[in-house]
Amino acid sequence: MKMSRNHKTAGIVGIIAAGMLGLGFAAVPLYDAFCKITGFGGTTQIASKRPEQVLDRGVNVRLDTNTGTKTGLTFKAIDRVFPIKLGETGMAFFEVSNETDKPIVAMASYNVAPHKAGPYFNKLECFCFEERVFEPGAKERLPVIFYIDPHLDGEKQLDDITEITLSYTFYDTNAEKNQQTAWLNNGVTKN
Amino acid sequence: MTTEPTIKREAVADHHDGSHNDHPSVWNPMRWLNSTNHKDIGLMYLFFAMFAGIIGFGLSGMIRMELMEPGVQYFDGSSWWGDQHNFNVVTTMHGLTMIFFMVMPALIGGFGNYFVPIMIGAPDMAMPRMNNISFWLMPFSFALALISMFVPGVSEASKGFGGGWVLYPPLSTSGHPGSSMDLLILSLHIAGISSILGAVNFIVTILNMRAPGMTIHKMPLFAWALLITAFLLVLALPVLAAALTMLLTDRNFGSQFFDPAGGGDPIMFQHLFWFFGHPEVYIMILPGFGIISHIISTFSKKPVFGYLAMAYAMAAIGFIGFIVWAHHMYTVGMGVELKAYFVAATMVIAVPTGVKIFSWIATMWGGSIEFKVPMLWAIGFVFLFTVGGVTGVMLANAGVDHMLHDTYYVVAHFHYVLSLGAVFTLFAGWYYWFEKMFGFKYNAPLAGLHFWLMFIGTNMIFFPQHFLGLNGMPRRYVDYPDAFAFWNKISTFGYFVTMVAMIVFFVGLILSMIARKKGQANPWGEYATTLEWTLSSPPPFHQFNELPVVKKTDHH
Repeated sequence: MKMSRNHKTAGIVGIIAAGMLGLGFAAVPLYDAFCKITGFGGTTQIASKRPEQVLDRGVNVRLDTNTGTKTGLTFKAIDRVFPIKLGETGMAFFEVSNETDKPIVAMASYNVAPHKAGPYFNKLECFCFEERVFEPGAKERLPVIFYIDPHLDGEKQLDDITEITLSYTFYDTNAEKNQQTAWLNNGVTKN
Repeated sequence: MTTEPTIKREAVADHHDGSHNDHPSVWNPMRWLNSTNHKDIGLMYLFFAMFAGIIGFGLSGMIRMELMEPGVQYFDGSSWWGDQHNFNVVTTMHGLTMIFFMVMPALIGGFGNYFVPIMIGAPDMAMPRMNNISFWLMPFSFALALISMFVPGVSEASKGFGGGWVLYPPLSTSGHPGSSMDLLILSLHIAGISSILGAVNFIVTILNMRAPGMTIHKMPLFAWALLITAFLLVLALPVLAAALTMLLTDRNFGSQFFDPAGGGDPIMFQHLFWFFGHPEVYIMILPGFGIISHIISTFSKKPVFGYLAMAYAMAAIGFIGFIVWAHHMYTVGMGVELKAYFVAATMVIAVPTGVKIFSWIATMWGGSIEFKVPMLWAIGFVFLFTVGGVTGVMLANAGVDHMLHDTYYVVAHFHYVLSLGAVFTLFAGWYYWFEKMFGFKYNAPLAGLHFWLMFIGTNMIFFPQHFLGLNGMPRRYVDYPDAFAFWNKISTFGYFVTMVAMIVFFVGLILSMIARKKGQANPWGEYATTLEWTLSSPPPFHQFNELPVVKKTDHH
């Protein structure tokens, strides 16, 4: 059957619309990849080897710790301020304790402020890379090993950086899911 | 020219395989329910928009009544007005109603359906049955949106969704666990499907069904406007659909697209929303641009100045509209370079918009202008849209926007381009084509009075809001400090004037229906050059059984 010209045009426009719908969903992984590559929104970088040079210029890394609503975790940085030279590798410690009587599965999200420092903030190792289980009553020390890329020094726009805040938020991954299903089952029960 | 016979054959085939060769009475509900006639569907869209407009206007009245005095007078939880949450529900619904159920159906579904096929010399839309579906999805969509106001939102007791028309998470996910937001998502999905189907129909019609000799560069500007609007719809609405679907699964199926706890990002919703939202504002204004061009040319007794520039300015506005979305979200913490880009790109829009404004003025320049009612609305539009455009350029500056973000200055800005811009084009088109659509004349004295009352009223509402915004009054609050009392009171008085204007509009409509002064085929004279003026008023149920031929020498 030969397609009429109108159906052909309608088909093409329909495909464009479907393509835009697909692009809308593709935005999810693309946005994620974009943030990781460009450090957009203060996304930090993951590195596997240390930088070669250490500069005299130093910055203060402030460590900011947060927990999501009702996680039952206490989350603190051992040192609130961590002075470090550009290119130097540092290891900062955090302390997390579970004060409930149930194990908590949690994961931390993170970024740095100002956002423009994101592309230069490299983590070699971080507790935030994977989900962690905190047993009841447990108190754990968690490390992050990082350095700040010495190339930061060459960027005119980052001249004013003397301080970078590295922020973490621990979320109880199970609680979030339970909450979601609770709405589904009970309609309006969350308060 | 080998395509001509094809057009003809299809047009004829489309028309003779259906059951609508007869002309059912206007009182036969099946004529409307089963309609595949672009003029009937256009009229249904117009009256649907009128109905939604009354509701949207009523909701804005509730806002203005509350804000007339400092303190909480009406939304205090003691009456049917509800509590302070309901104030936000009312503002949200006012926005959604006016955008999705008033301006879009009226300009695109109403005037677009009625006049685009006639203007390009086609017998009907390319896909008349799809046109029927497009229309009949709208009442269901609107019903869902209205129901959402009366079902649990924040909690069992707090009904409705009060998170603003932008639907940002987390307020639209964990902030409103009740079913009202789900109904709203469904409503917007349906409205979106309706608009996409309509847009596909317009694109096919305009690309394939132009009369012999009507090249794309001879097409009337209103058809150009609808073609570009339709492309914007096809490109923008599916992105909204994607974002809405993600909201829906985040709310109900445990996904965490916008939830940082699961690695999502609420800012991503804002990006997706405004990727749709910014083209959406051009979707609402471009058809109006088309209408205004015809009206100004007709009543200045001159062909429109810079026809091609006018057409391509609209295309440029449509294109740039897709690459400026983040100027709605300067305050989310973007880098300064990104802001610089969005500032520059946003300001570039002022160039094609300026081309249009100056071309309208140049069309009037040296013309023998007749100040008939549609022309009053058109000139009013040019003036007020320019005011809204200037405040838009100001808001485009990220530095300024940090001060004015979410203040009444923004409210004043977008009401100048929409409530005084798009709505003025709507009334301009309404009076310009009134005689053509209904076959009798509008009540000229009342139509003039309608214009002047509306002009004074809407300016009185929104001009003071510039002052309020510059002084720091934030949007979306039920209350404000006493310092803002004076201009808020003036603004509410403006609402009352506008309300009188609306009463005059409906009285004028009813009086003209009673008087039934017989209309002419072309009441506007020789500069009303588009094809609808070659037909009787109202046009025959089926027009152009013999396709009109546009000669090479004919003006666009």
